[in-house]
Amino acid sequence: MKHKSPIRRLAILLFIGALLIAASGRVDQLRAYQGAQVAIFAIAISAIVLLTGYSGQISLGHGALMAVGGYAAVLSRTHWNIPYPLSFIIGSAVAGVFGFLLGIAAARLKGPYLAGTTLALAVGLPSLANQFHVLGGEQGLTFDAGNVPSWLGSDFSQYRWFFVVTVIAAIAVFWLLRNLLSTRYGRRWRAIRSNPTAAALAGINVGRAKVLAFTLSSTVAGLAGSLFAMLLGLVAPLAFTLTLSFTLVTGAVLAGVSNLGGSIVGAVVLVSIPELSNAAASHFGGSDKVTANLPGVITSVLLIATVLFIPNGPKMPKLSRQ
Amino acid sequence: MQIFINTILVGLSSGAIYSLMSLALVLVWRSTRVVNFAAAGQAILSTYIGYEAMSSMHNYWLSLPVAILAGAGISALVEALVMRPLAKRSKGTPVEAIAPVIATLGVLGGIRSLAGLIWGNNFIQYTSPLSSKGYTIGQTTIPFSPQNAAIVIGAVVVMAMFAAIFKFTRLGLALRAASFQPEISRLAGVRVDRIRTIGWAFAGAAGAVAGALVTPTSYLSPNSLDLLLVSGFVAAVIGGLESLIGAVVGGVVLGLGFAFILQYIGTSVTFSAAFIILVIVLLIRPQGIFGRRSGREA
Amino acid sequence: MTLKVEQLHVQHGAITAIEDLTFTINEGELVTIIGSNGAGKTTLLRALSGLLPVSAGSASWKGESILGKRPEDLVRRGIVHVSEGKAVIPELTVAENLELGGIWRKDKSDVAAATAEVLELFPRLGERLKQGADTLSGGERQMLAIGRSIIARPQLLLLDEPSLGLAPLIIEQIFAAIDALRHRLGLTVVLVEQNAMSALSIADRGIIINLGRVVGSGSAQALLNDPALRSAYLGY
Repeated sequence: MKHKSPIRRLAILLFIGALLIAASGRVDQLRAYQGAQVAIFAIAISAIVLLTGYSGQISLGHGALMAVGGYAAVLSRTHWNIPYPLSFIIGSAVAGVFGFLLGIAAARLKGPYLAGTTLALAVGLPSLANQFHVLGGEQGLTFDAGNVPSWLGSDFSQYRWFFVVTVIAAIAVFWLLRNLLSTRYGRRWRAIRSNPTAAALAGINVGRAKVLAFTLSSTVAGLAGSLFAMLLGLVAPLAFTLTLSFTLVTGAVLAGVSNLGGSIVGAVVLVSIPELSNAAASHFGGSDKVTANLPGVITSVLLIATVLFIPNGPKMPKLSRQ
Repeated sequence: MQIFINTILVGLSSGAIYSLMSLALVLVWRSTRVVNFAAAGQAILSTYIGYEAMSSMHNYWLSLPVAILAGAGISALVEALVMRPLAKRSKGTPVEAIAPVIATLGVLGGIRSLAGLIWGNNFIQYTSPLSSKGYTIGQTTIPFSPQNAAIVIGAVVVMAMFAAIFKFTRLGLALRAASFQPEISRLAGVRVDRIRTIGWAFAGAAGAVAGALVTPTSYLSPNSLDLLLVSGFVAAVIGGLESLIGAVVGGVVLGLGFAFILQYIGTSVTFSAAFIILVIVLLIRPQGIFGRRSGREA
Repeated sequence: MTLKVEQLHVQHGAITAIEDLTFTINEGELVTIIGSNGAGKTTLLRALSGLLPVSAGSASWKGESILGKRPEDLVRRGIVHVSEGKAVIPELTVAENLELGGIWRKDKSDVAAATAEVLELFPRLGERLKQGADTLSGGERQMLAIGRSIIARPQLLLLDEPSLGLAPLIIEQIFAAIDALRHRLGLTVVLVEQNAMSALSIADRGIIINLGRVVGSGSAQALLNDPALRSAYLGY
């Protein structure tokens, strides 16, 4: 990818996107929903790849940052009655500002401290919604994405439309991130990750670069959260649990942590785990307990096995680190 | 005045629990330089095992040692089966720093799901024969129950035992030496790998005590100890992460802090309070109350 | 009944720290390994005590291989390494540091006897038993490190730069103590030193290594009188 120009990258991504959108007409609603889920997870995982894989900071709280984006999108849409694509931008921006503040604190923290701090965020923040009336409590708030544009015809399903929206968003994110990472910013982050002291000696403002990475990563996570709100039709504390944050970290690890393209693979795996485990559970006649928890067991085992056996992540042929 | 005293009592009881969880984290940090996010998962599993023991023996007090032994065993297994091989495998790779965080997270997630798989996600009552109703002094009922008293006493007993082991036994000396200077300890003949596993087992036991004591005041579910993990971490950071005394003091400080926030500011901020206190401590005094500045470098 | 090292090869990542090192040390001998910085002296001791993996060659003590063993097991076979830089644990008290030296031993009465011997040899440690090791001076720390190793009742003592960073008067005391100890306890000692003069003054023999190879050896007296060697390694 190193020598591909931004335009060529965009062309490739658009081509893949067009293929996916065309293919989405041939599948049922559930698959379209899952496709949208993959796109959203891929965006959220790419936020972690950017943060952890490039700037070397860890976050266990990206689920909470998604919540910030999701709530901001919902609130801006319902209170100001703005078009929902605009609410996504507001969701991203609010998460970005939040991430900027968090990043200032984070840049001063070393690994385990940052992990613990973001964990505290993941546990604490979503439950904040229960405390403030305006956030809708346990039930949350509904997100009205409106109808499918009429020019697409009456048989264009809602979920297929969501799929189209999320794929477009994912293409935009991947294109922007990919280009960003091949600029000097990307090189700075990599330098910091491999050796912060050397990077500082080479004249890189380590603190500023880390805050920038945190801000951008949060913005991207906020976008994922906004899209998630659209897909679910609501925001609620239960949609942004600690488990979500774990899931995203797992996705990033499966992606190979510093492999942007791997985010898509990670997202596909994450979305297919519940599907596969449901199939397995019903095949073996499992109870509700099994159906509800088997995906978690599988995800965790995958996570542990990946860090244990392929700590650098699976090798991906494309979009790999340079 | 009565309200003030009540608040202190409430704070002491929750502080005792935080101290135990904080101790669990500090013990592991000292022995392997890992913040064990799986501590909450280990404590959940040991508490479920305690619950099973109570169901079959019909005695809460007999179930406590079962839970504690289970907690120690689970923690030792996590260290020996996951963390030790991980440390050897990830050494020198780019993910060396984040691999332990991710692995403990994986263990936490795995245990929570496993517990859900076995016991379901619904709330379970793991009850103690002690009342959770506050003592009555004169006409007023104070928010401090016999179970709260048991929590404080239990925590104090555990801490005293740890203090005695660390201070007066050869095992304690080996644990301290191995955590400070593993290489010199090995050259002195300390089997550091084994000592580390024992350190984790102690941590697991502390977490198990926390889980088994606090659960009768609420309920048991696969993620009912998540918040305790965060509180324990905050307490450990307040205490400096290195120091056992710091862990205990950090827990009590946090418990009292929460109790006063709850009493005088309101419930709406409790969940974010842990986070805000954590950030403030890390920004203002990153070495904690008892830590030395160099301790943060790892 | 010797320490036998044959064609030892130690790799430090891409760098070869020790290349084809062969020598023998007889029981009861004190041999000093001399060489400039980066000659591989410390690496050699770390390989012999099990801290570093060896890529090729063999090393045996009393006929049994000592390679591939863990340091904590070699200690139990009487091979004790006092590593570079006043190897004490500053967070522990002096008494605890000494106790650590015999922590694995079953014969507690002999541990007590050995401790008493150490305190007799280094009375200054006895005066500071309750103090933290971090309050000790550099010389006292070195005494503590050596003292701790003696409590393990070693047969083969590997000493890494005991004089490092110490004042001349203190160095004299430390070397006198090493000399006394090895005669009293019949120790075999491998002494790695930059301060070759002092080391040779108490050594039976010296082995000179450079870039991971043996480049010369001889009796301590002969080495001290070798003018070429004096200018190259002894610096006068």
